[in-house]
Amino acid sequence: MPIQVLMPALSPTMEKGNLAKWLKKEGEAIKSGDVIAEIETDKATMEVEATDEGTLGKILIPEGTADVAVNTPIATILADGESAADLAKAPAPAAKAAESAPPAAAKAEAPAPKAAPAPQAVAEPDPEVPEGTEMITQTIREALRDAMAEEMRRDPDVFVMGEEVAEYQGAYKVTQGLLQEFGARRVIDTPITEHGFAGVGVGAAMTGLKPVVEFMTFNFAMQAIDQIINSAAKTLYMSGGQMGCSIVFRGPNGAAARVAAQHSQDYSAWYSNVPGLKVVAPFSAADYKGLLKAAIRDPNPVIFLENEVLYGHTGEVPKLDDFVIPIGKARIVRAGSHVTIISWSNGMTYALKAADELAKDGIEAEVIDLRTLRPMDTETIVNSVKKTGRAVTVEEGWAQSGVGAEIAARIMENAFDYLDAPVARVAGKDVPMPYAANLEKLALPSAAEVVEAAKAVCYR
Amino acid sequence: MAAPKKAAASSPHDKTDGGSPPEFTKEQELKALRDMLLIRRFEEKAGQLYGMGAIGGFCHLYIGQEAVVVGMQMALKEGDQVITGYRDHGHMLATGMDANGVMAELTGRRGGYSKGKGGSMHMFSKEKHFYGGHGIVGAQVSLGTGLAFANNYRSNGNVSVTYFGDGAANQGQVYESFNMAELWKLPVIYVIENNRYAMGTAVSRASAQQDFSKRGVSFNIPGKQVDGMDVRAVKAAGEEAAAWCRAGKGPYILEMQTYRYRGHSMSDPAKYRTREEVEKVRHDQDPIEQVRNRLLAAKVSEADLKAIDAAVRDIVNASADFAQHDPEPDASELWTDVYR
Repeated sequence: MPIQVLMPALSPTMEKGNLAKWLKKEGEAIKSGDVIAEIETDKATMEVEATDEGTLGKILIPEGTADVAVNTPIATILADGESAADLAKAPAPAAKAAESAPPAAAKAEAPAPKAAPAPQAVAEPDPEVPEGTEMITQTIREALRDAMAEEMRRDPDVFVMGEEVAEYQGAYKVTQGLLQEFGARRVIDTPITEHGFAGVGVGAAMTGLKPVVEFMTFNFAMQAIDQIINSAAKTLYMSGGQMGCSIVFRGPNGAAARVAAQHSQDYSAWYSNVPGLKVVAPFSAADYKGLLKAAIRDPNPVIFLENEVLYGHTGEVPKLDDFVIPIGKARIVRAGSHVTIISWSNGMTYALKAADELAKDGIEAEVIDLRTLRPMDTETIVNSVKKTGRAVTVEEGWAQSGVGAEIAARIMENAFDYLDAPVARVAGKDVPMPYAANLEKLALPSAAEVVEAAKAVCYR
Repeated sequence: MAAPKKAAASSPHDKTDGGSPPEFTKEQELKALRDMLLIRRFEEKAGQLYGMGAIGGFCHLYIGQEAVVVGMQMALKEGDQVITGYRDHGHMLATGMDANGVMAELTGRRGGYSKGKGGSMHMFSKEKHFYGGHGIVGAQVSLGTGLAFANNYRSNGNVSVTYFGDGAANQGQVYESFNMAELWKLPVIYVIENNRYAMGTAVSRASAQQDFSKRGVSFNIPGKQVDGMDVRAVKAAGEEAAAWCRAGKGPYILEMQTYRYRGHSMSDPAKYRTREEVEKVRHDQDPIEQVRNRLLAAKVSEADLKAIDAAVRDIVNASADFAQHDPEPDASELWTDVYR
């Protein structure tokens, strides 16, 4: 019976991709291991290898087709003795035909993003954007790249360094095109040596250069955390204001998908504990761009926490010559009067979904995107809680000593008399991140948990 | 372990060169004497003030190692950066930082280089290109490599002189830095001050490769062992290394064989070595006595040398006076300099 070749996934989170190229023609003989096609997403290209022998019977998806869903049959292989007449007998798509080769470099080939629609159902206008501004739709990945490119054009002291940022175009393709525009002097591939290159970056920054140091993920930055905290964060103070450093440490933080405990930790609470650092963790594409530009210009060390799951998400970014969002300002993205939900980064996904659900039950949630964790915009939180009398925090990190705990303390300190219920925290479960899909889902917060917490504080 | 043949031709891993190093002029000898004396007298005074309780916390004295920084400084040009670890008072004075500001930082006063907020291990001077003063063993090696990265980025012809001890030489980030420095041909001189003891642990008990000049072999970084008690040998090696860096050939390692007379810090009982060992080095190799004896042999009068000593003592005494009378930082300083 003819065998179907299915559209493979480059990663567990990939939902669709482009069929870039067929390397075999219909009627051509195929041996196991032959590369028959190339597929790509916006971050990577991969070869499709045949695992079966025979003849390429029919190409079902022509090359150049975009957005082919994973598991769609893309071709049929005829076994020895079969002919085109047997094609009709091909099994249903569920059958296993050709498997994709596993991603080559585990470190680089972390899951590709979902090609999801704009995540933010923004009800409130963005105060940073003048009315009538033309907006362009772009992915968060592109917004980050544009922010770096614009700042590099503006200031020759800005440079980018990290693993795979140059030739490879970024492990997550965030630095795509920067090497081509700015050259190897300013876009620097480092060896796999986080502790060392973080220190090199800080040393360069002490002389007045403005490094943007990319960590492939913040999980690997634990190797470098001594330089980040002891050298970058404390030197200004220890030198009596004489010598500080303007440096951005950026990269994906928190849980991706199916990468297990060592690659899934949220460091929001860790870095936001440290005076001398600023910590930014945006959610929307516009905020990613405007805040990264602000971070690069900031004279202090800034930890810029990105989220890998969001990289492929698209959003509206203002088409302005110089769109910079000030660090330290939260944003009310949805107005409401019954309960305040406070989150940041990918936690906003759950928060906004929950707000939609709650609205169906007549509960109007006010959703605050914190955007910056240090300095924290206490005023926006407190003003909202004074209005609603109830608050829920949402974070992917652990609850103990977490950012939610800090927010709850600030609400207690500043708005205790306005509270109608204790502050509720929705957080990552108190376990290392498991690998199994069902357990991983359980370990992360969910919109349902946010809904439940919001109803609880509303006594509903 | 021998250096690779290829590297050996152009990048020797020499033992100290045979024979005497190039002679100093009388002016150079006098400058070296004066600068080394300043460090020694300053450190002696710091030790006294520590004993009196005027200096708190940690206080790591540089006595015995003076020829290293003074010789290196004589090999540098304007704009070259210096960075080191926590045994840093000598480096600061050698770069020309003001004794009052250093001593007042030791006593935690507002006139200190860091307004009293850094202390013994954390002082900086942009003006003198001194980048600290770092309390985490080995951290300055990556940072110093970053200074060299900046020199390279700016093509300014300057060299970063990155000092660390035989103890720090075993830290992982040192080798991460060596790798990048050679890969990118960064102008950095790694000066390993081998004073034979990492705190209380003798080199032989902590280091598999005790020839520190070879620590860059696997990265093809040339290295040289230098008599760190002879200021002339230090200067000559420093010039050679600086020329190598400025020619765009990348980093260079200098192992300075030196000795610390005092304990690791003020609270060190120094049970790990004998009094005789210390006395022997002092007697046979003291860097200041070497210069003094050469000057006397060159018919400089005892009175002239005494005058230098007296001038140095005046500076040190004035710094001690300043450091004990300068007010503590204003309470409002607690909250400043966290962010710019």
